[in-house]
Amino acid sequence: MAANPGQRREGASASRARLGDRYRAWRDHHSLSAADSLRRVLDNPASSILTWLVIGIAMALPAALGIALDNARAVSGSWDSPAQISLFLKADIDEQQAQDLRLTLADRGDVGSAQLVPRDAALAEFAELSGFADVVASLDDNPLPHLVLVEPASGVDPAVLREAFAALPEVDQAVLDMAWVQRLNNIMELSRRLVLALGGVLVLGVVLILGNTIRLAIESRREEIVIVKLVGGSNAFVRRPFLYTGLWYGVGGGLFAALLVLVALLFLDGPVSRLASLYQSGFELQGIGLIGSLQLILLGGLLGLAGAWLAVSRHLGAIEPR
Amino acid sequence: MIQFERVSKRYEEGHDALREISLEIARDDLVFLTGHSGAGKSTLLRLIMLMDRPTRGKVRIDGRDLATIGSRGIPAHRRNIGVVFQNHQLLFDRSVFDNVALPLVIAGYDQREIGRRVRAALDKVGLLARERALPITLSGGEQQRVGIARAVVGRPRILLADEPTGNLDPALSAEIMALFEAFNQVGVTVLIASHDLALISRLQHRIITLRDGQLVGGAA
Repeated sequence: MAANPGQRREGASASRARLGDRYRAWRDHHSLSAADSLRRVLDNPASSILTWLVIGIAMALPAALGIALDNARAVSGSWDSPAQISLFLKADIDEQQAQDLRLTLADRGDVGSAQLVPRDAALAEFAELSGFADVVASLDDNPLPHLVLVEPASGVDPAVLREAFAALPEVDQAVLDMAWVQRLNNIMELSRRLVLALGGVLVLGVVLILGNTIRLAIESRREEIVIVKLVGGSNAFVRRPFLYTGLWYGVGGGLFAALLVLVALLFLDGPVSRLASLYQSGFELQGIGLIGSLQLILLGGLLGLAGAWLAVSRHLGAIEPR
Repeated sequence: MIQFERVSKRYEEGHDALREISLEIARDDLVFLTGHSGAGKSTLLRLIMLMDRPTRGKVRIDGRDLATIGSRGIPAHRRNIGVVFQNHQLLFDRSVFDNVALPLVIAGYDQREIGRRVRAALDKVGLLARERALPITLSGGEQQRVGIARAVVGRPRILLADEPTGNLDPALSAEIMALFEAFNQVGVTVLIASHDLALISRLQHRIITLRDGQLVGGAA
């Protein structure tokens, strides 16, 4: 090794890299960290698969429930006009007048369909269904009024329509039969919120699981972190591989979640379509789809990053050269 | 190059590691720092590395007061200083090449430049043939030379060594010291903490002696 003054100058000035080089090096270190982290994750297949499964299950549960809810909504949406208005006509209206009213109502734009249930037919039906045929037969007079069943046209507020019908001179009472629709809607809303809450809790769980996994990874590489910091590695430099580790765990977990949902749907598809055909329904189970799968994987990646951030910000700062 | 102005360091438990130390190490100098264990050698080096901050007084490197460097500036500061440790501090899951390349990867050099510089540094310490080896397969002296190669690969202006020959036999120790002298001759300011008085007194360099955190010789 020769001691020449030229080398001396270079020694002083060349210890900093140029800006362009630094950008390229930054990019290189990202791809290096990503590849190195992936290698480390894959080098421990047993524990990695376990982590992926835990995350996958935690994510698949709310995802599957969400899909079930979507399907339930699709089924309930396919039932025609859930709301029905029952018009009980006044007792002095005869069947011809009732028939006329039905026709007038059926012609209205805000009415989907109108159906007349004549009082005699209603009584016969009641006698048959109630089992009080003898009692009914002993009646001198039919106590039932004529009934017109109206289904509002789609998009029409059934409550407004009921008001209008209640004002008709022929109508004694207009009853909106909506209790079961409201009940169903309430149940759906409740289920949706339960799924959301469950999803929130499980997402938090995933972040914490990943945070803990990354914490262990940090602990196992403590010495390396110290050395890197001693030779001038910035916090970002030290952080990077762990963030990628979190990303890979998250992405893998998302992938497992998508697979689990897919398998569950395949498992249910046969029985569901047999059941649908029994009800003469063309209903088909809606799957998770490519977009849904990608969303799950993306979400997994984001949760992985979040968990890694959590661990890194809490534990990396505490590791300083001593 | 390195200036201490009435520097004291008291650790939280009340122990005074350094008391009113004032000293100056000139550019291109090679200086030994000696004293019993616990005399404050390591603390002095830690202050230069910004692993600790002084309780009182000023440390200047190349004219810059280290108190002006915030925690975000510490990595950049450390990149300008090469450090050699007694226990080598190598990464045992990586090859010799990757160990030496670490400071350059951190500083952001491109791959070609890294390859060139790492081989140059390994050549200087006589380990070019072992670049693919894992540190665990090397002898203690070889591991220390890998540590030295890593310390100088970024061409720092200051080289610090904390008991670099602590675990080595006299012949190997002399070899390591010769390496430091060679780097000093190409313009690196070298500060070596060592309690191996027999060895360092044979080498004709300035010796700073600490006792109980106080300067007892070589302040000049």
